[in-house]
Amino acid sequence: MDARLKVRNTKSIVFKSIIIFLAFVITIPLIIILLYIIKQGVTQVNWHFLTHVPAPVGETGGGISNALLGSIIIVALSSLIAIPTGILTGIYLSENATTRLAYYAGLCVDILQGVPSIVVGMVVYFWIVKPLGTFSALSGSVALAIMMLPIVIRSTEQTLKLLPDSLKEAALSLGVPYHRVILKVIVPCGFAGILSGIMLSVARIVGETAPLLFTAFGNPYLSAAITKPMQSLPLLIFNYATSPYDEWHNLAWGASFILLMFVLLLNIFTKLITRKWNIQL
Amino acid sequence: MEHSVISASNFNAWFGDNHAVKDVSIKIEKNQVIAVMGPSGCGKTTFLRCINRMHELVPGARTEGMLKLYADDIYTMNPIYVRYKIGMVFQRPNPFPNLSIYDNVVAGYKLNGLKIPKVEMDHIVEKSLTSAALWNEVKDSLHKKGTFLSGGQQQRLCIARAIAMEPEVILFDEPTSALDPISTSSIEALFHELKANYTLIIVTHNMQQAARVSDKTAFFYLGELVEFDNTRQMFTAPKDKRTQNYITGRFS
Ligand SMILES: Nc1ncnc2c1ncn2[C@@H]1O[C@H](COP(=O)(O)OP(=O)(O)O)[C@@H](O)[C@H]1O
Ligand SMILES: [Mg+2]
Repeated sequence: MDARLKVRNTKSIVFKSIIIFLAFVITIPLIIILLYIIKQGVTQVNWHFLTHVPAPVGETGGGISNALLGSIIIVALSSLIAIPTGILTGIYLSENATTRLAYYAGLCVDILQGVPSIVVGMVVYFWIVKPLGTFSALSGSVALAIMMLPIVIRSTEQTLKLLPDSLKEAALSLGVPYHRVILKVIVPCGFAGILSGIMLSVARIVGETAPLLFTAFGNPYLSAAITKPMQSLPLLIFNYATSPYDEWHNLAWGASFILLMFVLLLNIFTKLITRKWNIQL
Repeated sequence: MEHSVISASNFNAWFGDNHAVKDVSIKIEKNQVIAVMGPSGCGKTTFLRCINRMHELVPGARTEGMLKLYADDIYTMNPIYVRYKIGMVFQRPNPFPNLSIYDNVVAGYKLNGLKIPKVEMDHIVEKSLTSAALWNEVKDSLHKKGTFLSGGQQQRLCIARAIAMEPEVILFDEPTSALDPISTSSIEALFHELKANYTLIIVTHNMQQAARVSDKTAFFYLGELVEFDNTRQMFTAPKDKRTQNYITGRFS
């Protein structure tokens, strides 16, 4: 009896050790990657770096202001397109879950989520870039908005579905019309969940390169015109990291560092928001 | 002739093919407390939700027959107006978790976008919370979220929310079944106060509660209104065999 207990105990200790060891093995490369990006990038970042366009080959200095501004504009534009449509679709799916339209819409959302980003880029290329005859920030934003949509839709839908019916009934029993119940009660109560979905979707697209390659295309100069080609952080990294020049590699490392910090901050923000604004039901 | 506050004649309600309320006729007088009793699934909640037109929100639900608020046909009135005039308190306390205690009380105004001067709003809040016997407990924390309150306090907050709209009738669907005995007795005490200004219709499973708080009792069985009489009469000498069986505990 005693011996068997001992065997079991040993087994459980061995098992635990293996799990801890594996967790380490998996975490270590991640940490190494993070540290490496920080080490390569952090020394590049200063005010000059953030406010100047890349220097031509052979000159020192230069920065990533064009990519930074471009990323901000493109992501803002995609959010403008994807957030309202995504939230509305999410509300529809959670409110009318049993309808045929909701079923097919849900199916489309799932499929959309699985479409490779390069394919989204190609579709937008044929739909917008070719007819307009030029690469543009706008087309890049449309491509990224398509990538954002499924995340915003699903997170809105799932958040709202978790709210109890009693909440809606309380409002309806006070004579509040249906559309106001949705806008004034249901959406505010699901605010934290919807917002964290939005943040996740932004974090997801800010580093997307493939759909921008043949939509926003890139631009070595500072530009804020949404109908013209525009630079973005991931495009800059892609172009400069594959160049043969050391200065350009350094720019790419700096841009990677900025991108990494942005995503990190976004994730921390999301955590804080869900904790602070989570509604106690 | 004075009209009854609520009167139903040959009123029926369905969920799809399920005939949940059958041919109910009843007259409910002003400033009375009516207890609605009967075994589970006999249509008490459904009947209650027909009175403020919440029943029709369920897909496939329909109704037939006449239901009046004073002289007006409830089913030709604007449902929004019906719900202003006929408040409802639910089984589980359901204050709005995103609103403060203050805003919960005036939710009927705020959520409907009705603009009211601040002074008047303050007055409504104090008056409603006082009527709901909650003012003293929350007057220093009006701007805290309503969900920080205990279950019994939350239920009284929901009562205050209904009162704030100055309704004619307040419907209660098993308002104490989710509460502890102390909260329950404070809500029961409240019914006595409220009946001076409102007509109360209370669904309850608790016979002692019905006996304690109500003037009249309606007994439902399988969707029918079997008996409607003074509570004392009903509990001492029920006319119908089914009522008798129910109050002697032969089925629940
Ligand atoms: N939302 C609903 N959809 C379909 N049928 C329902 C719904 N709510 C209640 N019913 C049915 O209506 C009948 C009456 O239910 P209910 O009024 O809730 O009874 P009670 O409140 O007396 O327990 C029952 O047969 C029940 O199954
Ligand atoms: Mg019920």
